[in-house]
Amino acid sequence: MVNRIILSLLVLLSLNAQAELVIEVTQGRQSAIPISVVPFEWTGATNLPENISAIINNDLGSSGYFRTLDTQLMLSKPVRPEEVVYTDWRRMKQDFIVVGRISADEAGYAIEFHVIDVHQQIELLHHRVKGRATQLRDLAHYISDFIFKRLTGIDGVFSTKMVYVTTNKERTRFNLNFADADGAREQLIFKSSHPILSPAWSPDGKKVAYVSFENGQSEIFFQELSTGRREKVISFDGSNSAPSFSPDGTRLAFVHSNAGNPDIYVMNLNTRKVERLTTHYGIDTEPQWMADGRHILFTSSRAGGPQIYKLDSETGSVKRVTFEGSYNARARMTADGRKMVYVHGNGDSFHIASQEMSSGRVRILTRDTNLDESPSVAPNGSMVIYAATENDRSILAAVSVDGEVKFRLPSRYGDVREPAWSPILN
Amino acid sequence: MQKTALYKALGLAFSAMLVTACASNSDLDEGAGAAMTATEQQANEAGDSATAGVESASLQGESLASDANTAAQKALLDITTFYFAFDQSTIKSESKAALTAHASYLAANKGARVVLEGHADERGTPEYNLALGERRAIAVRRFLMANGAADGQIKVVSYGEERPAATGHTDDSWAKNRRVEIKYQSR
Repeated sequence: MVNRIILSLLVLLSLNAQAELVIEVTQGRQSAIPISVVPFEWTGATNLPENISAIINNDLGSSGYFRTLDTQLMLSKPVRPEEVVYTDWRRMKQDFIVVGRISADEAGYAIEFHVIDVHQQIELLHHRVKGRATQLRDLAHYISDFIFKRLTGIDGVFSTKMVYVTTNKERTRFNLNFADADGAREQLIFKSSHPILSPAWSPDGKKVAYVSFENGQSEIFFQELSTGRREKVISFDGSNSAPSFSPDGTRLAFVHSNAGNPDIYVMNLNTRKVERLTTHYGIDTEPQWMADGRHILFTSSRAGGPQIYKLDSETGSVKRVTFEGSYNARARMTADGRKMVYVHGNGDSFHIASQEMSSGRVRILTRDTNLDESPSVAPNGSMVIYAATENDRSILAAVSVDGEVKFRLPSRYGDVREPAWSPILN
Repeated sequence: MQKTALYKALGLAFSAMLVTACASNSDLDEGAGAAMTATEQQANEAGDSATAGVESASLQGESLASDANTAAQKALLDITTFYFAFDQSTIKSESKAALTAHASYLAANKGARVVLEGHADERGTPEYNLALGERRAIAVRRFLMANGAADGQIKVVSYGEERPAATGHTDDSWAKNRRVEIKYQSR
């Protein structure tokens, strides 16, 4: 009962705090696969609250792997495989088309869809998915994930979520928001007049950890997403920040400092025992677990300016991993462990860079945004979402790990910062 | 020149044992705190055996805090924001006179409490900037303690880049944001 009241309060709060992110694709891939998502048939008496095929179209297009066709350019609009006139699609140089039908019953909606190979003139996929009346967007993202996985071999991330912080210009209001990965359905999950930063997902996607200054110093909180229940987990005297869950979710790496010497610590979340991993007098911060659950990437000023180092949590040995440029910080790994992305600064320019772990080869991924920070990698390793400054505002933008695809998620007002991409949720 | 004169005048205003500990320590290092403690203890021991002498000396010190010095000190106490260079937490030389005045004030008013708020400009990452803001605030705390303030009077909090004083994205704004603010909780 109490939970229900809290939830409805959250819904009410979210109504006046919406930042309303809207995707704008700014750069696509040359090799993107041409695909047409034909508007799905709907014979209901009233219009559907969501445009399913438009959402799928937007998902596939913003992934960079596909190039979608504007519905106005379609020569015909089949909804069943037998209605497809192949010459119409060959003329438009399409490789695949998606057709489908939406139906409703008392339980909700069902969507039946087909993916057709234009060149081979065969039906590749025929699938049906059902959901409750409130799940139309979820159904659309499910279909996008399904098509993406079958045609690229890579897990889709269209059903994933993100959390991010929005603030006003005066920095007197801080909101922690939860939204679909495409920016839709934003919900306010925590608000404060004091700074909120460094949101991080637990690997099971059930809670987020973040730093809040609500008690006059930086402390680390956990918040369960389904209930909104909060727990103050780390509040040692001084500064506590930069939470990062181990891949198995049993340990939390974080930064603690009580005399101006930030170091990396790890808390065992079962026993709540804390162990200090670094003791250097320089700044050690921004820990990020590697996939092996043993090594931790972190930022340290031990060589003067910030650089990224790799720490063995068992032996305590530390190895420097970035060497190009005067400012390299806040490393995040791709799930396959092959690349890391981080903030790369040179003089007054700060951009997102990727680095191959095996060869050390560095590539600057962003050039047309400024003061880039807070990169977070999609769970399938395809895209990086980050915060950037544009026209005096802070916005979210995304770039593929290979630098070929770019899109922005500008909000209508306020500053949007510190995005964290969820794991794949089931 | 004027700053040097003020510095000396302020030094005289406070108890002899602290002056000897701090005046030679304007360039701080880790050793300064320990040295100060040792000096303090010696002074106390001396006090036990020659109570009268020490009392008269400290009384003379008080009387030298003339109206002019008090006014100058008040002016310095009005300066509560101290600026830093990019990615640096070293106290600038122009900050030292005012910081010394705050230290002296805290030494003379044991009930006074301050919060030192450390800040960074928006360039670079939020977490690194949080650490940098703390470094700056801690550098100020060390300076205040070496110059007479007590540990229990000073609380430190870093806001990193989260609370800029100027919201622009220019060198001018960034310079204003790389700062430590002294906020008195009680006087």
